[in-house]
Amino acid sequence: MTTLTLAKAITAGLRSAMDEDAKVLVMGEDVGRLGGVFRVTDGLQKDFGEDRVIDTPLSEAGIVGTAIGMAMRGYRPVCEIQFDGFIYPAYSEIVTQLAKMGNRLAGAGTLPVVLRVPYGGGIGAVEHHSESPEAYFAHTAGLRVVTPSTPQDAYWMIRQAIASPDPVMVFEPKRRYWDKGEVDTDAPAPPLHAARVVRPGEHLTLVAYGPSVKVALDAAEAAAAEGTSVEVVDLRTLSPVDFDTVQASVERTGRLVVVHEAATFLGLGAELAARITERCFYALEAPVLRVGGFHVPYPAARIEEHYLPDVERVLDAVDRSMAF
Amino acid sequence: MVAGQSSPGGSQDAHPVVQLLTPEGERVHDDEHSPLVAHLGADDLRARYRDMALVRRFDVEATALQRQGELALWASCSGQEAAQVGAGRALRPQDHVFPTYREHGLAWSRGLDPVTLLQLYRGTTHGGWDPATANFHLYTLVIGAQTLHATGYAMGVQKDGAVGTGDAARDTAVLACFGDGASAQGEVNEAFVWAGVFNAPVVFFCQNNQWAISEGNERQMRAPLYQRAAGFGFPGVRVDGNDVLAVEAVVTAAAERARAGEGPTLVEAFTYRMAAHTTSDDTTRYRSAAEEEVWRARDPLARLEAHLRASGGADEAFFTDLRAEGDALAERVRREVRGMTDPEPTSMFDHVYAEPHPLVEEERAWLTDWVAAGGEEGR
Repeated sequence: MTTLTLAKAITAGLRSAMDEDAKVLVMGEDVGRLGGVFRVTDGLQKDFGEDRVIDTPLSEAGIVGTAIGMAMRGYRPVCEIQFDGFIYPAYSEIVTQLAKMGNRLAGAGTLPVVLRVPYGGGIGAVEHHSESPEAYFAHTAGLRVVTPSTPQDAYWMIRQAIASPDPVMVFEPKRRYWDKGEVDTDAPAPPLHAARVVRPGEHLTLVAYGPSVKVALDAAEAAAAEGTSVEVVDLRTLSPVDFDTVQASVERTGRLVVVHEAATFLGLGAELAARITERCFYALEAPVLRVGGFHVPYPAARIEEHYLPDVERVLDAVDRSMAF
Repeated sequence: MVAGQSSPGGSQDAHPVVQLLTPEGERVHDDEHSPLVAHLGADDLRARYRDMALVRRFDVEATALQRQGELALWASCSGQEAAQVGAGRALRPQDHVFPTYREHGLAWSRGLDPVTLLQLYRGTTHGGWDPATANFHLYTLVIGAQTLHATGYAMGVQKDGAVGTGDAARDTAVLACFGDGASAQGEVNEAFVWAGVFNAPVVFFCQNNQWAISEGNERQMRAPLYQRAAGFGFPGVRVDGNDVLAVEAVVTAAAERARAGEGPTLVEAFTYRMAAHTTSDDTTRYRSAAEEEVWRARDPLARLEAHLRASGGADEAFFTDLRAEGDALAERVRREVRGMTDPEPTSMFDHVYAEPHPLVEEERAWLTDWVAAGGEEGR
């Protein structure tokens, strides 16, 4: 057991994976000599060499496109997309090529490519550095999408993602990169695609993922002070979604509120609302409510606090749900 | 103009082009490239002619099958046989090809059964073969995307130490196919950057067939494509794409350069798409019959046939037998395409992921039950 920041937990996970399998490569803009703009790959090039930790051209489509080719040659590339908002030049390679290639190969090959994407706001950044594009990719068959909220999950998720024969996108909550937590590198990993109840409760289920889990936990704490017992589920995996865990929770509590930074319109919360309503219509005491971003471009940093779901907005939704 | 180089026409006639066999079927000497094909005897030339003739016969049959409703679509490679067969002949078994969707001649050269190609065009699969069997990747329909895959694959070849060893059975080149239209795509230009920066063993093989559906070269490039390589730091060469010997020579040199660890080359095979873009296209809306006539005179098969006849490299019986072989191939293609069965509906859920995905399995079970319960019978 060791205490690490979420960023350093990913570094440790990458290091373990590279130690175990010489076919694992790390590639991206500034990941080598600099160690990445968030220092997640710090020290890896020094230890594993330029052949395995590759400073790439500034070319996102190139990063994903060449990673596909390397995977076809038997490598397991782990690509860093420097910021959420810069993933779009690679969108075609991800959606038309990476996601579909295994299906087209029909068993003749797999695409074990990992894309690491720092995402989300709350760090006072300039335009294109604070976005939450996860729903675009969860919507695409052929991709797996996960997001850790703790250093422990971050360490294990990156290792499991690298071990997966499928393409996996790991959305890393950049404003939690510096949060510290215990990491047990010997503990058996929970399944990559399982949600987890991180705070048990009786009256209402609060589902969150990535950077919003802390917001949900803080809201649950505040609600408890007001006499409402909130169960918090860390969704952890966005494709597939572990609806069973959410369903089991909602069948106990009868109420569901979903929180994410991404815009609510056609976001993960919309899918959760639809599926959970189908699955537990008779258990629900209130409509499923969502707390998330607005249908606007991610706002300028000086007003982002009014965009991001915070404890007060979550509590407001909790109150509205309880009032039904 | 350089010795042994002439201009096969098109909008960029003035530029030097490697040519070893004129449209009239006369051999041309070129100090740099002629030695690369000097070892080819009459039997070798007949073999290349046979490749091109059978590919064309296959192509004609596939077009007919589309007209008869057996294929959803067909993209003809008519006119580009020399470019594809020449490139194919320049490769070694361990080399890997990343094709577009029009590489039927290259597929043939790699030993892929042409019937295999028709599954995608019939609509029974989005793939159809295992790339490892002939080191020939699946067709790619998103224009230019495969050039990055080829570059990444070539970087993997480098990491495997399969370049510059001097072992002819180990050193590996990667052929990245694309067209004149694709040259306008960002991904193709990114592939040039990557291959240049990492000195990857890639041969960028552009078949400039003059037309990107209805748009000519003037809408895709301001300067001749082969010249673009200089800006990316590697050599570019234009070759007469209707001259099978010149293409074989140029690609042989480029592939050897790649295998030796000397980096990428851009080969622009200047050719012509004699048919429409696909069976859904109508060339009369954008190009003239006169232009087509100019290029018909440069037909890649006709010039090699003229050479074989004039040089005594092939007699009438060769051509007669080859026509019969082509007809037999076409008959087999027709029979096997018509015999292709539709996949099971629930096969759409196969291989979406390598490991089970609960949503896909849930939906597979639903469709299975729906079909079994007769849910589709009301249609």
